[in-house]
Amino acid sequence: MAGPDGWKPKILGIVCNWCSYAGADLAGSARAQYPPDIRIVRLMCTGRLDPLFIMKAFMDGADGVLVSGCHFGDCHYLEGNYKSAKRMFLLKSVLKDLGFDDKRLRMTFVSASEGAKWAKVVGDVVKTINDLGPSPIKALSK
Amino acid sequence: MADTKSKVKETKAKVTDQKPRIGVFVCHCGTNIAGVVDVKAIIEYAKTVPNVVHAEDYQYVCSTPGQKKITDAIKEKNLTGTVVAACSPRLHEPTFRRATKEGGLNPFRFEMANIREQGTWVHMHDPAGATEKAKDAIRIAVAKASLLEDLTPKSVAVEHAAMVVGAGIAGMQAALDLANAGIKTYLVEKLPSIGGRMSQLDKTFPTLDCSQCILTPKMVDVGRAENIELLTYHEVDAVEGFIGNFDVTLRKKANGVLSMAEAEAKGISGGGCNGCGDCEPVCPVIKPNPFEMGMKPRKAIYIYHPQVVPLLYTIDFDSCIKCGLCVTACGEKKAIDLEMKDELRKVKVGTVVLALGYDMFPVENKREWGYKQFDNVVNSLELERLICASGPTAGHLIRPSDGQTPKRVAFVLCAGSRDNTGIGKPYCSRFCCMYSLKHAHQIIEKIPGVIPYIFYMDIRSFGKMYEEFYYRIQDEGAKFIRGRVANILEDPVTKNLHVYAEDTMLNRPIDLEVDMVVLAAAVQPAADTDRTRKLFGVSCSQDGWLLEAHPKLNPCGTTTAGVFVAGVCQGPKDIPDTVAQAEGAASAASIPIHIGKVELEPYFAQCIEEKCAGCGMCVNLCPYSALSLVDKEGGGKVMQVTEAKCKGCGTCGGFCPGGAIWMQHFATPQVIAQIDAFLLGGAK
Ligand code: FES
Repeated sequence: MAGPDGWKPKILGIVCNWCSYAGADLAGSARAQYPPDIRIVRLMCTGRLDPLFIMKAFMDGADGVLVSGCHFGDCHYLEGNYKSAKRMFLLKSVLKDLGFDDKRLRMTFVSASEGAKWAKVVGDVVKTINDLGPSPIKALSK
Repeated sequence: MADTKSKVKETKAKVTDQKPRIGVFVCHCGTNIAGVVDVKAIIEYAKTVPNVVHAEDYQYVCSTPGQKKITDAIKEKNLTGTVVAACSPRLHEPTFRRATKEGGLNPFRFEMANIREQGTWVHMHDPAGATEKAKDAIRIAVAKASLLEDLTPKSVAVEHAAMVVGAGIAGMQAALDLANAGIKTYLVEKLPSIGGRMSQLDKTFPTLDCSQCILTPKMVDVGRAENIELLTYHEVDAVEGFIGNFDVTLRKKANGVLSMAEAEAKGISGGGCNGCGDCEPVCPVIKPNPFEMGMKPRKAIYIYHPQVVPLLYTIDFDSCIKCGLCVTACGEKKAIDLEMKDELRKVKVGTVVLALGYDMFPVENKREWGYKQFDNVVNSLELERLICASGPTAGHLIRPSDGQTPKRVAFVLCAGSRDNTGIGKPYCSRFCCMYSLKHAHQIIEKIPGVIPYIFYMDIRSFGKMYEEFYYRIQDEGAKFIRGRVANILEDPVTKNLHVYAEDTMLNRPIDLEVDMVVLAAAVQPAADTDRTRKLFGVSCSQDGWLLEAHPKLNPCGTTTAGVFVAGVCQGPKDIPDTVAQAEGAASAASIPIHIGKVELEPYFAQCIEEKCAGCGMCVNLCPYSALSLVDKEGGGKVMQVTEAKCKGCGTCGGFCPGGAIWMQHFATPQVIAQIDAFLLGGAK
């Protein structure tokens, strides 16, 4: 999905192996179509997600970051997603305080059986970022 | 400790000292990938990615010649790592790790770029976008492969015991198979008896064997099997550990009655419950009997049904008033203990089979059919009891309102199944067509002149001899009306029912007066399925059924290694399919036990001692108590990992403020390299 001046959003998706990565695979076998503007990094659990990974992505010029894990109560490691959700919550408020639109960071919960939901989530995220336009951080480094 | 320290340093040295030489292999997967993206352009691109010294494509990289390309290239080009851009690692990572190993590299030096499930299949109409995404995915994978370390899977011993949760026909079959394979098996059942739903059925289709007659011998076998420890009226309370060594905490619910063995252990010789039943008549509390679908009374002290295994009375403490009459009636056997409390017990097993069964969908939610509003509308499990010789009416079908024999009975199929209104279930419950045909046959057999009217959407008689059975029921005189029932109303005087539907064959509305309606209600996961599956870390599908590891290639496995599924809890299925799956699950569960050891993926946390400040925050975060603080030589504290407990989630690594945790295979530099490769276009 290219913008008017040929700009395409760069969106990083960080997903857990057990639910959201599997859900994304299921979207594939079901041939659910969604925009290709996302690149995936797989971790075993969203609990592994160091907020610095996200900061690094934004510093590198990511226009958006999607974090996706198991539903609460479904984490393969019991509670990694609770811990991660807390961190995301804090990180979002820090981003906001810094004057950065926290809609660029989104956390969702997609289970291994929710292929259609994964396609929808990615579609939504791409739309949000398209509406927001390029990340202001990119402009700073120019 | 010194060990860990040097290991991490060594690994990091290895990762950084060696100039990475990565080989990239792009799979066409027939036209699955090559039909969408421009493979040639991808290969040309891959050759320009930093550290890539070899790139080639092939029709099917997972095939034997495809894998040989990997092993050959490793040797010829002296690769330090491999990347395959193909399907999902969840499908073929093991295959390509093996190929990488055969080429002489450590198997963990392999990384996969998923360009099919998360590429061509989801961007079929955007070849350019999919091609760009595939290039990026390869660049990201190469960045990680460049930093991958040698790892050794951890081999752990497997406890020579298994657990089966749920003792319906699926759980019983699985337990018998495991026990016969020489494995000590704990069979856990929440109810006071084994047997499950099948023990409530009268006959089974299409053979019309009596359900109890084929089930009871199996129940007796289970009760007698030397290797089976029967734990009825038990629930799983907590689960720790992983494949090979699950530590399961079981709750023995207080049943108020000592078995003979328990009495013996307490020094009451010759005492304990022998099932004589002297206690039951004296009990003054009367409650509906759930085994009889509430259509028969039950005392507060009861046996679950006449053929219970084990033969043991149970007190329902929710309704017991502790009057003590049963204690007196029991007398010298001293079997009754009204002060009994729940007990917890831990057992260790190597593998687990979940066979949690199903419940009936509360079909009263579909208000238009009048269930629980009109006396003569019953669900099919209630009908089973009403036609069963051991049921509340001794097998005489009578209608609940007046005890009269019905002459016109309507069967409503798909009652709550295949329902997209949001009230019912979207799925087909799979065995209702067949048991409704069976019901039609049974009432024809029992009541001369009766007419069964079957309202159906389509008859799904897909099994062996099922279609033949369908023809037989047609010949026997059942009337088939294709159409969904819109509404059922009761005549307040006669209590007869008016069934309103559309006959879609004849294209006309119908108003049919009948004496009784049977709703072939949908099935849904049993009440505590969700709680139990979460204890074992098993995922579920949208409808709450347990999720198998792969719908076609691994239908008994789950996402938790060492935990298997059998029976309806994985999705509606009839008895033959249930038993087949149970045998499959038992066989799968016995394999690690017979091998005696399993290999665990070595994604353990490691402490980088020189960075660890000994703050101990990670210690509390770890859900498995795998981390602890120990004294450091020269003073202070340092974190230590117990590898045997670490499952590799990385929650500690995500939190450590000092960056002192090295998560093997998902280490911070490896993840950052992926992020940089994506966003900075591969610049180092
Ligand atoms: S494994 Fe999915 S969030 Fe923890």
